Amino acid sequence: MTTVLLVAERDDRGEIGQATHQAITAANGLKDAQVTVVIAGDAPASVTSLPVDSVVTISPIDPADNGIYDQVTADLAALVSSSGPDLVMFGKTDFGSVVGARLAFRIGAAFAPDCVEISNEAGVAGTVGVTRPVYGGSALAEFEIASLPVVVTLRAGAFEAGAGTGTPTVEPFVSDSLESRPIVVTDTVAETREGVRLEDADVVVSGGRGLGGPEPFSVLADLADVLGGAVGASRAACDAGWIDHSHQVGLTGKTVSPDVYIAVGISGASQHMAGCSSSRAIVAINKDGDSNIFKEARFGVVGDWEKVLPSFLATVRDLKA
Amino acid sequence: MGFVQRYGERVRRLVGNVIGRYSNTDRCGTANFIICSVRWCSEAVQKKRFLVLEIGKLELTVRIVVLAKQVPDPETPPSQFKVDESTNSVIPPTGVPPVVNGFDLNAVEAALKLRDAGADVEITLLSVGTGFVMDAMKKPLAMGADRLVLVDEPELDKLDSAATVRVLAAAIEKDGPFDLILGGRQASDWDQAHVTIGLAEVLDLPLVSLVQKLEMNGDTVQLQRVIPDGYQVITAPIPSVLTITNEIGEPRYPNLRGIMQASRKQPEIFSLADIGLSTDDLAPKVQLRRLYVPESNRQVELIEGDDEADAGRKLALRLREEKLI
Repeated sequence: MTTVLLVAERDDRGEIGQATHQAITAANGLKDAQVTVVIAGDAPASVTSLPVDSVVTISPIDPADNGIYDQVTADLAALVSSSGPDLVMFGKTDFGSVVGARLAFRIGAAFAPDCVEISNEAGVAGTVGVTRPVYGGSALAEFEIASLPVVVTLRAGAFEAGAGTGTPTVEPFVSDSLESRPIVVTDTVAETREGVRLEDADVVVSGGRGLGGPEPFSVLADLADVLGGAVGASRAACDAGWIDHSHQVGLTGKTVSPDVYIAVGISGASQHMAGCSSSRAIVAINKDGDSNIFKEARFGVVGDWEKVLPSFLATVRDLKA
Repeated sequence: MGFVQRYGERVRRLVGNVIGRYSNTDRCGTANFIICSVRWCSEAVQKKRFLVLEIGKLELTVRIVVLAKQVPDPETPPSQFKVDESTNSVIPPTGVPPVVNGFDLNAVEAALKLRDAGADVEITLLSVGTGFVMDAMKKPLAMGADRLVLVDEPELDKLDSAATVRVLAAAIEKDGPFDLILGGRQASDWDQAHVTIGLAEVLDLPLVSLVQKLEMNGDTVQLQRVIPDGYQVITAPIPSVLTITNEIGEPRYPNLRGIMQASRKQPEIFSLADIGLSTDDLAPKVQLRRLYVPESNRQVELIEGDDEADAGRKLALRLREEKLI
């Protein structure tokens, strides 16, 4: 038997989030798995039908702890020590990346981040194998976990959210660990956003180094506007100050999976593609026909964006009129 | 609050700090004076004047260690990215030298910004590995960092992250204490993004990830941490561990003076034995079994027209035909 402790995250409505549903699929895909979902705070009613063996609740995440997660890390460490799972799973979110790593090093477990495949059949019986993209997605690496427990985080979209149901038991776990790390969040500043959220947009129009400056982003914004989409950018464009970093798509920016991802003047470095490769269709406009973006795109125009884009925009306007 | 409560811990740490410097470098001219103060520390806390003088003297230098990793140049075109599947390693492209991981240079930049803002900082680069290329590793020195410390032994470039953290922690204990430990948010080779986080756990220090702004404020640091659609303003104590993200700003270009100074500096090299470790301490928890380049079978449909404008028009029509827009 392989015991899995799966740390849940909630969506904006307090329900079990997408990353967790995907992780449940991954956990249930393991051979002879016994899966326990851990959730901080009162569990939503829907957990009683999750396709897992049990649900454990721990103390809620203090809103004042916003993004530091000291208490939840301590609670999870206590839970792992008392229940001794083989695997601890997180979605690869901001929460999972920080808490997963902290938990692994606190309890001396192996840590395998950003996995796209996981199995417990590879190698010697009782060991776990994982696959993850490395070198910004240019290569895939398969690892064998030499010692259990292991903490893994799963890349968003690598597993489908499951639809099955079950009848898990729901129990609280009370930890007496108290964290008092002296980090204080004094303020949270929301950056104003206009229009559709980048991560939720059905169409993303992204610009890169090839645009040559900040001005062309207004053309991209016009196009996004007509298509009801959002504007993205490569890291190069953000670092150059042409557009705010909140628009950055890629390995270290946002991950988007729209129906259409229109990449203008983006060379398609693997670090960028890591943030958009799950788009339904990538459309590339780039004057360098040899650039990597054309290896990833479904449709493309080799040409100068200054000449291609205005007629593209005008035609889209007509089609949408 | 009493004097001892306010300054006792700070003095203890600062005194330790200078002793740490003294044990590793010979340029701490006040060392005798400070060692003296350690011996007399318990009495000294009662001699307020004496201590105030010391604090005034000692508070000047903030010791920062920046974790830096040598990586293959991530700007290598994908067409030149090749893997030797028999050794599970990346074949370095000919003529493209390795670089210091870009996010680590962001961390160097963060430390230099503190200096720009008037803080007296000493910036130490710390790296674990082997086969270091000095032209690459000295770039942070040319940008303005002060010291380069390398833990250099064969096979140290193949450690898993748990072992890497162990080595970094031992090197920091040996070379420290430090006021701030900075790391880039992730390395562009293995993209693991957790060595710095793990180090905070192992050293039992507070951690703030994804820092985009950093300012000294007395005994604390004021930070901005990136969150989705905004940022948090955070006060963190000293010492703390911080991961720095590219929003901090592009790493500065070294100027000629910096390059000249860097060329005269030699790295301080530790062996595993120097930091109290042996290879037995570094058994991997995670072992690489296979490294390969995935096949891409996507075929692009290139839209052509009478001219570029016509191609743009046809592209829009084609996307509509596919019901994509």
